[in-house]
Amino acid sequence: MNMKKIRRSLFSRTTLRAIVSITVFLILWEAGSRSKEWAGFTMPWIGLVPPPTSVLSVWWDLLGDTGYWQSWYLSLMRVLSGFVAAMVIGIPLGLLMAVSRTFNSITFPSFEILRPIPPLAWVPVAIIFWPTEELSIAFVTFLGAFFTVVINVLGGARSIDMRFYQSAQAMGSSQWDIFRRIVLPATVPSIVVGSSVGMGITWNVVVAAEMISGGGGGGGSGGGLGFFIWNSYVGGSYEQIVIGMISIGIAGYACSELLRGIGGFFTPWLRTR
Amino acid sequence: MSAVLEKVRTQGNEARYGAIRIDDVVKIYDPEGAAVMAVDHCTLDIKAGEICMIVGPSGCGKTSLLNAIAGFHDITSGAIYMDGEMLCGPGKPKADPGADRIVVFQNGALFPWKTNLENVAFGPMMQGKLSKKEIIEKARSMMADAGLSGTEHNYPGEVSSGLRRRVEIVRALMNDPKVLLFDEPYRALDSLTRSVMHESLLDIYYKNKVTIFFITHDLEEAIFLGHKLVIMTTRPCRPKKVLEVDIPHPRDYSVLTSPRFRELLEETASVVHEEARKSFASGEKEG
Ligand SMILES: Nc1ncnc2c1ncn2[C@@H]1O[C@H](COP(=O)(O)OP(=O)(O)O)[C@@H](O)[C@H]1O
Ligand SMILES: [Mg+2]
Repeated sequence: MNMKKIRRSLFSRTTLRAIVSITVFLILWEAGSRSKEWAGFTMPWIGLVPPPTSVLSVWWDLLGDTGYWQSWYLSLMRVLSGFVAAMVIGIPLGLLMAVSRTFNSITFPSFEILRPIPPLAWVPVAIIFWPTEELSIAFVTFLGAFFTVVINVLGGARSIDMRFYQSAQAMGSSQWDIFRRIVLPATVPSIVVGSSVGMGITWNVVVAAEMISGGGGGGGSGGGLGFFIWNSYVGGSYEQIVIGMISIGIAGYACSELLRGIGGFFTPWLRTR
Repeated sequence: MSAVLEKVRTQGNEARYGAIRIDDVVKIYDPEGAAVMAVDHCTLDIKAGEICMIVGPSGCGKTSLLNAIAGFHDITSGAIYMDGEMLCGPGKPKADPGADRIVVFQNGALFPWKTNLENVAFGPMMQGKLSKKEIIEKARSMMADAGLSGTEHNYPGEVSSGLRRRVEIVRALMNDPKVLLFDEPYRALDSLTRSVMHESLLDIYYKNKVTIFFITHDLEEAIFLGHKLVIMTTRPCRPKKVLEVDIPHPRDYSVLTSPRFRELLEETASVVHEEARKSFASGEKEG
């Protein structure tokens, strides 16, 4: 990207609208939080939330606090380990279920019974299963993404147009060629969709798991962003609750953007549409 | 191009391979259950290098016949031969799909994840008879011949639907097929694009002598392109009328306004219309 392009995208209408949207939101929030000072009464709901200015000032102090960054790091690692495991196991499993009727008929029923169970319902079992609390959380996180990844890969590989197989076969492709050059690339868009949905679920799960389990092995103020929120609630720091929430929002957004970038790299033929 | 046309005019049609004989073929889907008869004792001879146009109402069984030749489906009885060799018949209900019979599908089947050049090179890459360098060279020159220079590194989704069809035909030709099987390839195109596609198809045909089995529901298209015109009955399909189109090749768009073209159109339109009406009355849907 050259400078001109960067400048154009920085000052584009979309960017301006985004800035306006966030600014208006912050002003309303500030005004609502301070309603007691200027209107003489506490507005319901919003009046109890700390205003953005005091959130920002608490945040500013937290930026130098290693415990806060430790929370980021722990949550991120749990999300990534669960997510990567879900991809590494889920993609081959989905592909295998798609190409082998026998394998599918053996695995699919059990899979379909396990799939609707919410990941958080697994927490007690996970704690019993795994030696450390850290592994338990990673496992629950893994489950969050795993089923979504498998279902997307399976669906994607199943819905490949018959004509692709037929023409590849007529042009002399072996079974392996068909798998490698037709099934695999045709499934990539579904893998990308499945992974971005899975990533979203992973964040949901990790935060809830950290709240339930009391922050995993780290304990104290280093137990992940979910635990950070819970701990702030117990400690009575409403500013930190808000900071924890926004941090998760930012982290989730960054992960989605990263996945979008990676997904775009693997699906160059979809870029122009 | 005029040199090519001159050669066609003087030497005529020189293809020696790709004669198709369809012998008393019957195709019944799900014979034990619903038993839908799609092809009913169909017999048809297509000469090597001939353009054979198949016209018939939607759902009459045209695609079923094409699938049998291509080897995508089995047949219930009868036999299909290519150059005297049995593709399918008694003891071998399904033909083996092969690079000698390539299908150009109704909505196109270019691989969207491969560039046009990679699509065109796909067949020879799979067959491994040429080196990669030779394949790319051949692909580029065939694309250039078909007016596709400059689109080599585009994905199929990035070019117009007319160009896509052309890429697909070039991809088919890269396999040195004996027969090209077209299943209503221009159905979704607007009529102007279609007329361009017709001329470009003929141009490609004059340069590469292959047998063409071409399904369409457009009678004008059929008469304009074909040596032979086969009008099918409503389902189950069987040739109802077979007609040699005695307008000399090479043809161009002036043919459309010629008196002979109009005569042939009049001669066949009522037959097609009658079958279409029967098909409509029986509520036939496209397969
Ligand atoms: N795989 C299939 N199984 C069962 N019936 C089919 C199948 N394919 C096509 N048919 C039926 O066979 C008939 C002919 O279909 P088709 O050959 O696709 O017709 P056309 O190409 O002339 O429109 C239709 O009635 C269709 O519903
Ligand atoms: Mg059809």
